[in-house]
Amino acid sequence: MLGVNSLLHCRLIHRFTALIAILAIGTHVMIVHAHQESQNNVDYQRDIAPLLAEHCSHCHGVDEASRQGGLRLDKREDALRGGDSGARAIALDDVDNSEILKRVLSNDPDIVMPPPSEKKPVSAEGVAKLRDWIRSGAPYDTHWSFTPPAKKNLPGLPEEKPIDSFVHHQLRVKNWSPAPRATKEELIRRVYLDLIGLPPSPEELAEAVEASFEQTVDKLLQSERFGEKWGRLWLDLARYSDTNGYEKDLQREQWKYRDWVIDAFNKDMPYDRFVIEQIAGDMLPNATQSQIIATGFLRNSMINEEGAIVPEQFRMVEMFDRIDCVGKSILGLTTQCAQCHTHKFDPITHHEYFGMFAYLNNSYEAQSWVYTDEQKKEITTIHEELSKVDSLVREKHPQWKTEIDRWREEFLGKEVAWSFPQFHQLESISGLNHPTQEPDGSILMKGHTSSDIFFVSKLGPQKITGLRIELLTHLDFPHAGPGRSKTGTWGITEIELFTKRPGEKDWVKHKLVSPTSDFSNQDTKSADGKKSTGPVTYLVDGTDDTTWTADRGVGKRNQPSLAVMRLESPIELPEGAEVKIAMRMTDMVGCCRWSLTDANEPSAAPIDYAAQLALQVKDREWTESEATEVFRAWAKGLPEWSDFSAKVDELWKKHPVAATSILHLHERPARDPRITKLLDRGNWDQPTDAIEPHVPAAFHPFPKGEPNNRLGFAKWLVSPDSPFAARVAVNRVWQALFGEGLLETPDDFGVRAPLPENRDLLDWLSVDFMENGWSHKKLIRQIVLSETYQRTSKGLGPSRDEDPRNRWLARGPRFRADAEVVRDIALCVSGLLHHKMGGPSVIPPVPQSVLDYNYTYPSYWKAAEGPERYRRTVYGFRKRSMPDPVTSSLDAPNGDLSCARRVRSNTPLAALTGLNETIFVEAARALALRVLREGGESDQQRIDRVFLLCLSRLPTQDESRVVQNLLDSQRKRLAEGWINAKEIATGDAALAPDLPPKTTPQDAAAWTVVSRVLLNLDETITKN
Amino acid sequence: MMSNESIRETHAKWLRRRWFLRECGVGLGGIAATSLMLGDSAVATPSTEKSPNPLAPRAPHYAAKAKRVIYIFQAGAPSHLDLFDYKPELAKRNGQLPPAELLQGYRAAFINPNSALLGPKFSFAKHGSCGMELSEVLPYTAKIADDICLIRSMQTDAVNHAPAQIMMNTGSQQFGRPSFGAWTLYGLGSEAKDLPGFVVLTSAKGTSGGASNYGCGFLPTVYGGIPLRNAGDPVLYLSNPKGIDQETQRASLDTLQQLNQMSLQQFGDPEIEARIQSYELAYRLQSSAPELMDLQSESAATLERYGIKDASKANFARNCLLARRLVERGVRFVQLFHEAWDQHGGLTAGVKQNALDTDQASAALVQDLKERGLLEDTIVIWGGEFGRTPMVQGGNDGRDHHNRSFSMWLAGGGIKPGCVYGTTDDLGFNVAENPVHVHDLNATLLHLLGFDHTKLIYRFQGRDYRLTDVHGNIVKGIVS
Repeated sequence: MLGVNSLLHCRLIHRFTALIAILAIGTHVMIVHAHQESQNNVDYQRDIAPLLAEHCSHCHGVDEASRQGGLRLDKREDALRGGDSGARAIALDDVDNSEILKRVLSNDPDIVMPPPSEKKPVSAEGVAKLRDWIRSGAPYDTHWSFTPPAKKNLPGLPEEKPIDSFVHHQLRVKNWSPAPRATKEELIRRVYLDLIGLPPSPEELAEAVEASFEQTVDKLLQSERFGEKWGRLWLDLARYSDTNGYEKDLQREQWKYRDWVIDAFNKDMPYDRFVIEQIAGDMLPNATQSQIIATGFLRNSMINEEGAIVPEQFRMVEMFDRIDCVGKSILGLTTQCAQCHTHKFDPITHHEYFGMFAYLNNSYEAQSWVYTDEQKKEITTIHEELSKVDSLVREKHPQWKTEIDRWREEFLGKEVAWSFPQFHQLESISGLNHPTQEPDGSILMKGHTSSDIFFVSKLGPQKITGLRIELLTHLDFPHAGPGRSKTGTWGITEIELFTKRPGEKDWVKHKLVSPTSDFSNQDTKSADGKKSTGPVTYLVDGTDDTTWTADRGVGKRNQPSLAVMRLESPIELPEGAEVKIAMRMTDMVGCCRWSLTDANEPSAAPIDYAAQLALQVKDREWTESEATEVFRAWAKGLPEWSDFSAKVDELWKKHPVAATSILHLHERPARDPRITKLLDRGNWDQPTDAIEPHVPAAFHPFPKGEPNNRLGFAKWLVSPDSPFAARVAVNRVWQALFGEGLLETPDDFGVRAPLPENRDLLDWLSVDFMENGWSHKKLIRQIVLSETYQRTSKGLGPSRDEDPRNRWLARGPRFRADAEVVRDIALCVSGLLHHKMGGPSVIPPVPQSVLDYNYTYPSYWKAAEGPERYRRTVYGFRKRSMPDPVTSSLDAPNGDLSCARRVRSNTPLAALTGLNETIFVEAARALALRVLREGGESDQQRIDRVFLLCLSRLPTQDESRVVQNLLDSQRKRLAEGWINAKEIATGDAALAPDLPPKTTPQDAAAWTVVSRVLLNLDETITKN
Repeated sequence: MMSNESIRETHAKWLRRRWFLRECGVGLGGIAATSLMLGDSAVATPSTEKSPNPLAPRAPHYAAKAKRVIYIFQAGAPSHLDLFDYKPELAKRNGQLPPAELLQGYRAAFINPNSALLGPKFSFAKHGSCGMELSEVLPYTAKIADDICLIRSMQTDAVNHAPAQIMMNTGSQQFGRPSFGAWTLYGLGSEAKDLPGFVVLTSAKGTSGGASNYGCGFLPTVYGGIPLRNAGDPVLYLSNPKGIDQETQRASLDTLQQLNQMSLQQFGDPEIEARIQSYELAYRLQSSAPELMDLQSESAATLERYGIKDASKANFARNCLLARRLVERGVRFVQLFHEAWDQHGGLTAGVKQNALDTDQASAALVQDLKERGLLEDTIVIWGGEFGRTPMVQGGNDGRDHHNRSFSMWLAGGGIKPGCVYGTTDDLGFNVAENPVHVHDLNATLLHLLGFDHTKLIYRFQGRDYRLTDVHGNIVKGIVS
């Protein structure tokens, strides 16, 4: 069904003679008549490609799998050759005998194309186009957006600036005169809203009126508010949110990514760099913390934490979301189709989809602390100081290398052999978690957290004397784990071992004794004295009130540990016996590995397990950090260590604590890549062939000399050869300024997208964008300094009727501002707005009934008070399953998926929000006091002031009169006691407003009523 | 510049044209339906086009059997085995392991599928002249057996709550698609002058699928469901700020509209006209919503029939009565969410309590609609996102998620009354005959609303999206 939105589209309304014909007669004939004049020039891209895509491509297009009759119509040589039947689809020498025409015209249901079941008959208009096209030799053309843009000669007059040259030329062809230039005040407000998302104060307005427009533009481009406005648009595409989504919808810390985006716009980071850092910042040489934060872009996907999920299923959903996001935001292509099958219209095969997928599929879902610059310095100092201690030890032990070798030999000599059982059953008793085992025997426990896990393995004949658990770091867990607490720690209350011999029914429990570990925390009791945490003995003491943990403190806590337990009575198991290991936890373990031994009296060496693992590295081929681990573990065992330990402990105590963290990408090591497999029909549990990372063949080649990995892919995305990168970015900027892009569909540049009216302009600007270093600010500057941008949006003009959507740009842009801007306008003109850059998300007030609708109640939801409450809307907390009632009623997306274009609606809910929502009401009250404070003493002066604040202009006489009437009528009602002044002015009948001198509560009340009206004016919330 | 005179004249021309399109039977609906039947691709491109009233009533593809929908969504997944689908064999094999061949390729959410079978927890009896077999905990539903059609062969793709609820409500497990209600509103517009066209009522707790269960997806915002809240303002921000009374509100809006009219004269932008309308509708909503929520005009007998003891207390029963009041006022789509059915444990008590909370009012709604002549063109749907396992979870009183088979019932608007459709196997595990996938159900519901589900499409990102994706067959057996 067609978009209801488009129903009143000019194409319909203004051709409604044709429509009536359709309605009345119900045939196609009349339409043909109505359009006949326009049939002379058939353009393949404009007229034919969309027709083929709509009616033919499904069975005769790119997708080989669904191709019928061996006929392909989207390529000329194939179409001329025809299909299996031998009939000529296109007969250039005998046009009317072209099979394609005969088929679409046929009345025989068995012959006609598309088949009647498709319910997509080609209109008579379409047939006429096809015929004309074949008559003209059936010329094909590559889809315009699949070849790189080029600058065409400027078609207009020599004195016209490039943008105007293209636009004016088109208008002259249509014989339309452009609307006059907007007034200076109109333009200043427009460009303020467009560049920084805030209206000018009366003082700024006065200043800008004195200055040149160019000076104002340059001032705004330098403002920090610029990034807050433009960053928000990218955050829509990045599906930024402060929660994980799905049922649980728990909080996440991701605001550092938002700060990164805002900062990148403020710094005017070149767009190609902007993309590369977000796709693969972690892989850049010597990646900085900031570049790692940038990769939060792809991690903004939703995360399912519902009970009992299979984590891999939802990791695949995340991956699909990432490709979708890259498609919409950077490629400007719809990729979703190719997730399940080869794209029907655009040249992306199913195979190529997974080729792109493979680039993104080789990273960990990492989470790391984010440190301030100050903290980073402190950490560097600590490590320098620790190295100094190492040097002191070395000075005392000039033979340290030999000593370490000897120590290593001694350690290895004591090591016993361990076997790794393969578990066929890995479960939680509650069923909430489904652990998985990796090829190296380690176990991953992702998804919903669970406190009770067990593992069952079938063994060969085996003697068991001891059981070992290794807690291992893994980058899929917070800060590499090994645990899943917020800091990556874990706590195990009890480990139990059971066996079952073949033929037996019941499990036999074996008592575990003498537990040892590399490290345990000191014994501490909970506040109520009922629970204890600390020594490894707690693992097997038969109670869940005690917990073993090995948290070495800030800066050191995310490292491996181990514990070894002995069986009180060793057991000999026959072939086919089963062993069951059960463990219960307080803080869940993320990654661990179990092993069994038959050695006598096994135990864990009291050496940090990270060092133990390093000691076992063959031939001491240590990395720098492994060598340090070994050295320090060795040093700890020296008799004189006590001379140093106090200093070392003191240093670690100084380690700063990060205030926040970031979800980011971290590429897997070359030795452990993740193989991407094509998923049949896009089903996560139906992997088929392994796929090498590769890019779609129809587009520009992979950049030479770049590695075939995610970083290379990032560079391919924004290569100067890309037909998409610049066009998509430029079109998006145009959309932000004009309400619609030069191409209407910013996320779809494919063959089904409508052809842009000003395609040459888009291409010219795209090339220019690249020539200017992919600078957003230069592009924006160029656009807003054009005459095209600076025209008035007032009045009807000939184009209002012919072109209500302003596709031909004869008028200035006019549309309701985005949700954030609407709310910021209220905050700004009322004087409440608190300017502070960056930081954690601010929780806005929402009605209790909204909070009550959550599946998991957000107990953290305490609305900000004081100045924080009035921060810019971009900093507002966004909860996916509870879309913010204010911004969502004004069409802001909730971050479930990437959004390239907001629809604009007009609903009573939005009206009620503007009239009655808490912040808007507070803004109305504050605006009233502001007007009383700075607006002079007469009503007229104050009316002038409130208009200047809200609309950046003075009222007309009629407007003043209407507002004066409201003031008068409300004063009368106040005087007569119908309404209460204090209650209106403060929300509390017992509370007096903070009145400026010589004003009364009645003034505040009457002006609150007026302010509320002004804040809701169409002109106030619109970029005019 | 144009003179004021010519601006006004042009504006008047624009208004006249709108009047013509709206009033002469060739309104938006006419155009929409016509173009839609012609499959006119040229205008199917989504756009931010300004349309004075995207909610104007529209005719569907063909004569519809139903005009409205009340969708009672029993979230959490009710146990078909203890409510609707009696399995004596399951009772007999209580405690035994399920047959191994049944479990091949099967995935439950929480449990090891190889868990003991758990017999039905309640006794069943046949009801109505149709002989519909129902659980003893549904005595009121039993009384409407001859009015409803019970589908025992529902199937879905998802096995976790949030994706399954989204699947049920939007036809996709992926977030971001329009809900059934949104599609309905998009297709039919609304006949409610002073209320939203798609209203959501919630009892028990919040749902797993959250707001996406009734969202507009990529359709324009106006088509999304509007929750009527149980506490505070029934519609968010309905109440004026403290101190602003009705008269001051009217005076404020009059001023606002006068100023907006002046803007309209200046700018000639139809969007301003739409804004004026939205503020007027907001004003009307300020009286129509409280009027709707006020049950004082309902008779004691009505309240009693629904089982409403305290009319001011928000619960499922009150929501059922509100649903009737909403459709009476022309609301196109009402959706109730009752998130309470996730009985992994405490099955017996849980199902019993939920039945106590929902059985009487659900039946009362159907009867009430019938008596008022509304049932014949209102579809009532009752069901959740999947079923529950014949196997036990935990000790002996719980069931896990199960997507291979479950039950739902429908009534009214073209649904065959007194009918049982589809069967499951002896253990209630797999569908034995006449499977009804979510897409089939949705295709059928759209059909009853007058739509060819393959043609109710919205082009987004170059693709024609539909509620049923590329699936769906009309289930003729449930259509009267």
